[in-house]
Amino acid sequence: MPVLRLLRRNLVVIAGLLTLAYMILPNVVVMVFSFNRPEGRFNYAWQEFSLDAWKDPCGVADLCGSLSLSLRIAVWATVGATVLGTMTAFALVRYRFRARGAINSLIFLPMAMPEVVMAASLLTLFLNMGAELGFWTVLIAHIMFCLSFVVTAVKARVMSMDPRLEEAARDLYAGPVQTFVRVTLPIAAPGIAAGALLAFALSFDDFIITNFNAGSTVTFPMFVWGSAQRGTPVQINVIGTAMFVIAVAVVLAGQFIANRRKSNAGK
Amino acid sequence: MTQQQTAGGDVRLTGISKTYGSFTAVHPLDLTVPQGSFFALLGASGCGKTTTLRMIAGLEEATTGTVSLGGRDITDLPPYKRPVNTVFQSYALFPHLDVSENIAFGLRRRGIKSVKKQVGEMLDLVQLGDFARRKPHRLSGGQQQRVAVARALINHPQVLLLDEPLGALDLKLRRQMQLELKRIQTEVGITFVHVTHDQEEAMTMADTVAVMNGGRVEQLGAPADLYENPRTTFVANFLGTSNLIEGEIVSTGTDVVVSAGGGELRLPVGRCPSPARSGEKLLVGVRPEKISLTHTDDADAIPDGRNRVTGRITDSSFIGVSTQYVVESPAGASLQVYEQNIERDSRLAAGADVVLHWNPEHTFGLDAAQSINAGADGLEDVA
Repeated sequence: MPVLRLLRRNLVVIAGLLTLAYMILPNVVVMVFSFNRPEGRFNYAWQEFSLDAWKDPCGVADLCGSLSLSLRIAVWATVGATVLGTMTAFALVRYRFRARGAINSLIFLPMAMPEVVMAASLLTLFLNMGAELGFWTVLIAHIMFCLSFVVTAVKARVMSMDPRLEEAARDLYAGPVQTFVRVTLPIAAPGIAAGALLAFALSFDDFIITNFNAGSTVTFPMFVWGSAQRGTPVQINVIGTAMFVIAVAVVLAGQFIANRRKSNAGK
Repeated sequence: MTQQQTAGGDVRLTGISKTYGSFTAVHPLDLTVPQGSFFALLGASGCGKTTTLRMIAGLEEATTGTVSLGGRDITDLPPYKRPVNTVFQSYALFPHLDVSENIAFGLRRRGIKSVKKQVGEMLDLVQLGDFARRKPHRLSGGQQQRVAVARALINHPQVLLLDEPLGALDLKLRRQMQLELKRIQTEVGITFVHVTHDQEEAMTMADTVAVMNGGRVEQLGAPADLYENPRTTFVANFLGTSNLIEGEIVSTGTDVVVSAGGGELRLPVGRCPSPARSGEKLLVGVRPEKISLTHTDDADAIPDGRNRVTGRITDSSFIGVSTQYVVESPAGASLQVYEQNIERDSRLAAGADVVLHWNPEHTFGLDAAQSINAGADGLEDVA
């Protein structure tokens, strides 16, 4: 039974590889079909290899407009949620104030609430306030739901920080601002970065809340959804593949830098 | 390093206290640490020693009183404006900076650009030249501790505060670092204020020791003075071991005579809490290593004029250089005796009847109106 023994010995590796394949396969499909030349309007069956879509990613009306809008919203939502979320996290960990406990649990509400419910209630709120739906309402909504994730990520980091480090900085002639910039911020940075990345990803591909509150504005996920009714241009796969490649490249670069630092520190 | 001038002055605490709500961590206390001295604050955990230290550093605001340094009142200065640096118990090294940047931190915050030479000198002083580019988490405990010292010393503070800096090290390394710190202090000549709960550490390193208990300074003095002349049972028990025997004063003169356990004990009047009056109770104390043990059969050979107590050995443990005996005696407590292993009398074993005798000069008296066991296990009386 050499096959069985092989299986048994490498069970963990095999399980890991299968899980990895499970996660990556959809991305591979998207990638492969970005080189397709479909017959008709739907890109669901493989026909022949072509670079047409890659040569002209903006060739479909409104696609690049919606993409740039989504990117702009994602960037501003990330900035807004990260700044507010970081401050909230520090306040919740470092200070004792009234309603601290309540805020601690309320922060989780946007994560726990069904998105569609939140989307509908936000729309009701905006309509009652007489707000004009568009870029700003979407941005406000995105900052709101990204906030919880940033707070959670930063809070975990701040909680594990030794307050003596800041005392040491103050003892070593660093005023309050210097202490924050030179010690607090660099040590909290991994948590803040994790929160920011999460916020960006969540904002960029959010559909439900955006769809309710965007009015006549069209973001990239809304564009994909809309075009899927009438036919799927190959360019969508091109954009999807490009995003995937960029994300992977960023992660690899980050690890490369971290590794280099580690080996440098060893010398 | 030797030519550094430390524009100095004494640390003077005047009526300083700290209360948290209804809890008083430090009762109003006055303390003067002379410039250039190695000063230890010794006490069990919760006795207020660290709080006192943090008030000198400015990390804790004093409820009442003032802190002054070389005649200048620094009570209201924030920590980053005080010419004082701290070595923290957990070292508090900045994890995102390497060793040399950790050490350079204080200089850089004061706007000094060329730090390389000074950092190099500091690394040499603490013998960590090869580790300049390492991150703190890749150093051993002893190395981290030396980085913490270097990071504070590079600023030439007028006072260096050490908050149990050796607590996290194992025994052997701790001994080594004690000598190292003492060497550095002698070399740089800066005032060191050292907080510790380890009485041996305080006695080895410090010129002056302040024993704290329950937010108060019980006694202050040179280590030998504290050891030989404790003024409270807490100090007698916390600093080393003491045999305390309850007795009643029979007569006074140049020697005070006390009746205890059916016999009489003498001690110089100068070592009694004044005033010593006949008929009053007194705790008679003697350190275990001052006592000699003689088997009852040889009792006649004991010279006259020595204090004697009879008893029976209940336990003896051999620990190499000496043997420690526990003796049950009519004088009350189980008395501790440490005998050097020079000529061992094989009859001195558990169950043997013995006479304990010592020079009356080595006897001290304590006020009987206090708990005889205060500080005995080093942990009680913390409130």
